Amino acid sequence: MSDTKKVMITVRKAPHGAIYVHEAIEVMFIVASYGMDLSVVFIDDAVFALKGGQDTRALGIKGFMASIGALVDFEVEKVYVDRQSMQDRNLTEVDLVFIGEDEDTEEQVKPKVLDSEAIRALMLEQDSIISL
Amino acid sequence: MLHTVNKSPFSHSGLETCLRFAGEGDVILLLEDGVLAAVSDTSRSALIEEALKTIPVYAIDADVQARGLEKLIDGVKLASYADFVALLEGHVSQAWL
Repeated sequence: MSDTKKVMITVRKAPHGAIYVHEAIEVMFIVASYGMDLSVVFIDDAVFALKGGQDTRALGIKGFMASIGALVDFEVEKVYVDRQSMQDRNLTEVDLVFIGEDEDTEEQVKPKVLDSEAIRALMLEQDSIISL
Repeated sequence: MLHTVNKSPFSHSGLETCLRFAGEGDVILLLEDGVLAAVSDTSRSALIEEALKTIPVYAIDADVQARGLEKLIDGVKLASYADFVALLEGHVSQAWL
């Protein structure tokens, strides 16, 4: 397994105002489909992409909530959120959406909230970081 | 790890977030509008001054020259595009876009 590339995708843009988050999710599915060791991190305004209750119908756009809800099912399993970015935006873990179902326990899983030190440690382990 | 910042610290939070994640052994490279963070005695100078205590900070020379920036924070090093490539080769990099 040591030759499996470790790839991280970092997302920092807010959802819906621009296409960045939507594109980032597409990239996540593509990278995961190549069997790479993928982790994804939501930082700054991108944490709003993981908030529950998003409904883009009145904007006349499809949105990406279905994709977010199926991340784990499509092998995007290491999903992390920056704790400070959430605190800065008055979000707590309760506000986060489910991103799929644990294969073994069949329980619904949420993104994992991490401190910046822990995220930095993960960054240092990567072969490559894709910043979006 | 190499951190690149290409947005102005006066209108974007990229540099501040970068500094929250950067640590010893890392390198920060300012490019495009990011070089505005390297100007001395601004309302944002303290960010780079503080970073320089533990982390080397580079600014792309072409971007500094293009903007006519003369008063740079002491300790900020100028880098060519060749230097940028060398830094990329030696580090995993995170772009704070």
